[in-house]
Amino acid sequence: MKRLSGFVLFSAICLILPLLFPDNYYVTVVGLTIFINIILAVSLNLLMGYAGQISLGHAAFFGLGAYSSAILTIKYGLNPWIAMLTGAAFVAGLSYVLSRPILKLKGHYLAMATLGLGIIVHIFFVQADELTGGPDGISGLPSLSIMGMAIDSDLKWYWVLCSCMLLSVLFSLNIADSRAGRALSAVHGSEIAAQMMGIDTAMVKSHIFVFSALMASFAGSLFAHQQDFVSPESFSFFFSIELVTMVVLGGLGSTFGAVIGAFILSILPEVLIVFEDFEVLIFGAILMVIMIFLPEGLFVALKNKVAAFVAKRQEEGVDGPS
Amino acid sequence: MDQLLQFLISGLTVGSIYALVALGFSIIYNASDVVNFAQGEFVMIGAMSAIFLIKAGVSYPVAAILAILITAAVGLALDKFAIEPAKNATVVSTIIITIGASIFLRGAALLIWGKEIYGLPPFTTNDPIKIGSATILPQNLWVMLGTGVTVFAVKYFFDHTKMGKAILACSFNKKAAYLVGINVRRMLLVSYGLSAALGAAAGLLVTPITFMSYNAGVMLGLKGFCAAILGGMGNSMGAVLGGILLGIVETVGAGFISSGYKDAIAFFVIMLVLFFKPSGILGKGETERV
Amino acid sequence: MRFCKNLFAILAILSLIGLFGNHQAMAKDTLKIGSFLAVTGPASFLGDPELKTLQMYIEEINANGGVDGHKIEFVHYDTKGKAKEAKNFVNRLIKKDKVDVIIGGTTSGNSLAVIDIVQKAEVPFISLAGSIKIVEPVKKWVFKTPHTDKMAAEKIFTDMKKRGIKKVALITGNGGFDKSGRAQCLALAPEYGIEIVADEKYDNADTDMTTQLTKIRATDAQAIVNFGFGKAPAIVAKNIKQLGIKLPVYESHGVASKKFIELAGDAANGIRLPAAALIVADQLPADDPQKKVLLSYKKKFEEKYGPVSTFGGHAYDALFITVDAVKRAGTIDRAKIRDEIEKTKGFVGTGGIFNMSPTDHLGLSLDAFKMIEIENGNWKLLY
Repeated sequence: MKRLSGFVLFSAICLILPLLFPDNYYVTVVGLTIFINIILAVSLNLLMGYAGQISLGHAAFFGLGAYSSAILTIKYGLNPWIAMLTGAAFVAGLSYVLSRPILKLKGHYLAMATLGLGIIVHIFFVQADELTGGPDGISGLPSLSIMGMAIDSDLKWYWVLCSCMLLSVLFSLNIADSRAGRALSAVHGSEIAAQMMGIDTAMVKSHIFVFSALMASFAGSLFAHQQDFVSPESFSFFFSIELVTMVVLGGLGSTFGAVIGAFILSILPEVLIVFEDFEVLIFGAILMVIMIFLPEGLFVALKNKVAAFVAKRQEEGVDGPS
Repeated sequence: MDQLLQFLISGLTVGSIYALVALGFSIIYNASDVVNFAQGEFVMIGAMSAIFLIKAGVSYPVAAILAILITAAVGLALDKFAIEPAKNATVVSTIIITIGASIFLRGAALLIWGKEIYGLPPFTTNDPIKIGSATILPQNLWVMLGTGVTVFAVKYFFDHTKMGKAILACSFNKKAAYLVGINVRRMLLVSYGLSAALGAAAGLLVTPITFMSYNAGVMLGLKGFCAAILGGMGNSMGAVLGGILLGIVETVGAGFISSGYKDAIAFFVIMLVLFFKPSGILGKGETERV
Repeated sequence: MRFCKNLFAILAILSLIGLFGNHQAMAKDTLKIGSFLAVTGPASFLGDPELKTLQMYIEEINANGGVDGHKIEFVHYDTKGKAKEAKNFVNRLIKKDKVDVIIGGTTSGNSLAVIDIVQKAEVPFISLAGSIKIVEPVKKWVFKTPHTDKMAAEKIFTDMKKRGIKKVALITGNGGFDKSGRAQCLALAPEYGIEIVADEKYDNADTDMTTQLTKIRATDAQAIVNFGFGKAPAIVAKNIKQLGIKLPVYESHGVASKKFIELAGDAANGIRLPAAALIVADQLPADDPQKKVLLSYKKKFEEKYGPVSTFGGHAYDALFITVDAVKRAGTIDRAKIRDEIEKTKGFVGTGGIFNMSPTDHLGLSLDAFKMIEIENGNWKLLY
C-alpha cells in the first residue's frame, strides 16, 4: 500500500478542505476549476507522459464533451447523463477514426496535426451559430442530479468534481503499473524496440489516444453543467497549450506532476490578479523560471531531490530512517 | 474566373506574410530542434519598436535599423538568460520555456507600449497596381521582395557559410559538433539573435498592411508555424512554399467554399498533406535511431 | 488570572464604547461597486476607457464626500474578454468581495455568461455590452446602458431607405459583437425591404479581406455593411479602396473611436456609422439637452487620458444611474437599489436620455443614436 500513500494523503487534503472552509472562495469556486483542470492534465499526461505523444488539441475533446451536453440537453431535451454518454460515445468514435492517421506523425508534425484538429473544432463552435450559439455560447443547462438530488450548490459540485478528479488520478496511477502501462512506456522509450518485442504499438497508441479523449469529454460535460454555460473561448488552442504546459511544468510522465502543474496554472492567475497590468509579465516569468531551473518538472525534480537527499543520509549512516 | 485571379493574388500576398514569419522559425529549429513559440513576439517587438521610435521623431530608415537591433538584442537575451541556463532541458521543456518567454514578452510589450493598435506608413506610395482585373498594393510587393531576399540569404547562410554549417551541425549532434571544435553555446546564441532580427524585419514589412498591437504576434506566429510545418520544418524553401500554399488555400477556400470556415479548410488541408507526407512537403523523412 | 479578568473587562467596555461611537461619529457603510471589464485582450479598446472612466469619477465622488455620505469602494477585475474568467470574477465579486452593485461585462459574451449568477445572487448588474439579448427578455436584476446592436442595424437600414438602397452586402468578423450584429441585420432586413445579397465573414486576426470583398464586388449589392471592431474594419476599409469599390460603406458603432480613422487613413472618408452623440458633442445644437453632459465628460476624460471614445461613456452612464438610484433609495440595500434603477426617468447620459421601466431595462430610444459620416478624417453629424 506504500505505493498509494501519496494518493491517500492527497485525497485526505481534498476532502478536509471544504469541511474547514465551506464558504471559502478559493476552495469552493477556484477549487472547482482546479479539479476540472487536474482531470484534463492527468488525461493528457496519459498520452504525453506515458505514451510520448504530444497533443496540442486536447481542448477540442474537452469542448466536444461540453457542447454535446449543452446542445443535447437544451435543444433536444435529453437527460443530462444520457447527453453526457452520447457526447462521450461521439468523442470516442471521432478520436478512434482520427487516431491512426494522426499518431503516425511524430514530433512537431504530430503537434501540428493535433493543433489543426483543435482549431478546426474551435472554428466550428464559433461559426455554427444555429447549433452552438456562436461566440456568445449557450447558457441555461439543466442541473445534473444524482439519485434524485440536484447538484446545485458550489459545495455539492465540490464533492462531485473532487470524486471524479480523485478517480481519474487513481486510475492514472494504476495504469502505470499495469500491463498496458508497461506497453505504453515501452512505446515512449523506443517505438521500434517495442515493436520488436511484439507490442502492437499503433494499437496501444490509438487506445490511449481514445481513452485520453474520453476523459476530456467527460470533464467537458461536467464543466458545462457546473458552469451552466459553454462558449468557444474556453476550448481554444490557447487552452490546449495551457494544458500541455500544466503537464510539462509538473513533470512529464508523473501523475502527481500533472496534478501539481494543473494546480499551479489554475491558482496563479487568481493570485497574480493583484499585480494588475504586471500579471501577464509575472506569469510568463514564473513559467520560465520553473522550467529553467527544474527542467524535468516541478514535482519530478523535487521528488528526485528528496530521494537523493534521503539516499545520501542513509549512505552516510546519519540518523537515517531505519 | 476573373475573381480567381484576385483570389490567387490575395493568397500570394497573405501567403508571403506567413512565409516571412515562417522563415524565422527555421534558424532556431536548425540549431536546436526547438520550435520557438516566441517567434511571433519577435515580429511584434520589431514592429512596435519601430512605431514608437518613429513617434519619437526618429527617421523611418534609422528607426527600422534600430528596431531590428533591439529585437536581436531581445533574442540574444532570451538565449542567454532563459535557454542557456536550462542546458539539461529536453526539447519539450525548452519549448515550454519559449511559451513562457512569449507570455513574458507580451506582458512587457503591454506595459511599455500599451494596448492600442498602431500602423506604419507604407514604404512607398499606396496606390494599388492593376493586374488585369485584380489589384495589388505596392507594400505587398515589398513583402514578397523581402521574403525572396530572406529565403535566399537563409539558404546561402546554411549551405555556404562556415557559421551556418556549424549551426546545422549542432542540431544533428551536439556532442559531435563540440568535439570538432564548434562552440555550441555561441552558435545557439547566434541563432536566437538572427531569428529575432528576421522576425523584426518581418514585422516592419507587414505592419503597413496588417497593423500591430502588443498581442498581434500570437496569430502571426501561429500561421508562420503552420507554414513552416507544411513546407517541412527547417527547410527555408519549404517555409516559403508552405506559406504561399497556406495563403492560397485560405483565399481560394474563402472565395469558393466559405469565408467563415476558411481557416478550418486550411487546417484540414494541412492535416491531409501531413497524412500523406508525414514530414511536410519538402521535409526529409525522419529516421529514428534505435 | 486576575489580570486576565481585568483585561477582559476593559476590552468589553472598550468594544461597547466602540460600537456606540460607531453610530455617532463614523461614516455610513461604504457602497461597494464591483466591476469586471475586458481591460486587456481583443476588446481592450472598450474595457480600457470604461475602467478609466469608473476610476476617475469614483475618485471624484469620494473626494466630494461620497454618495449621500456612503464612500464608494471600487473592486475591479480584468476578464481579458474571456467569458469563463467573467463568470469566475463575478462569483468572486459576490462571494469574496460581497459587492452591492456590479457594473461591467464589457463584451456581450461576458455579460450573457454572468446573468444567471447575478440573478441567483440577487445583485443589481448594469452591463456595458451591446447585445439586445442581455435585456430582452427582461431579467429582474440586469440592466444595460449601451445602445443595442439591433438599434445600430435599424439606424443603418433607416439611412439606407432614405438613400434608396435595396441590396446590401454584409461582411462581419467572428467575435461576439460582429456575429450578434450580423444576426440583427439578417433578421431586420426584410422589415426595411432590404435584401442581403452577400454574407461574408473574416477572422478578427486576419491580415487581408480582399477575397471576401472581391466576392462582394461580383454581386449587385448597392452598399456594404461591416460589423466589427479593432483593426479588422480598418483593413476592410483599406481593402475596399484598394479594390476600387465605389459603393457606400456602413460601419457599426464598434469603430466610433478616432483610432479607426487613424488606422484606415483616407480610406475612412465617406464611411457612415451610427454612434452615440459623444464623438460629435461640439457639433450638437446648443439647446440639445445632452450637450452639457457630453462636453463635461469629454473635457474631464481628455484632460486626464487623451481622446475620448463612446465606450467609456457607457460606464459613465452606468455609474451615475447607480449613484442616482442609491440617492433615491437612501440606503445601500441591494433590492432597493435595484428598484430605483428600474425607476430611472429622464436621466441625461452620454448615450442618450434614459427612461427605464419594468419592461425596458435599457431605456434608450432610436434617436439616441446619431448618424455620422467621416469627412476629411473627422466625424460629421448628419442627423
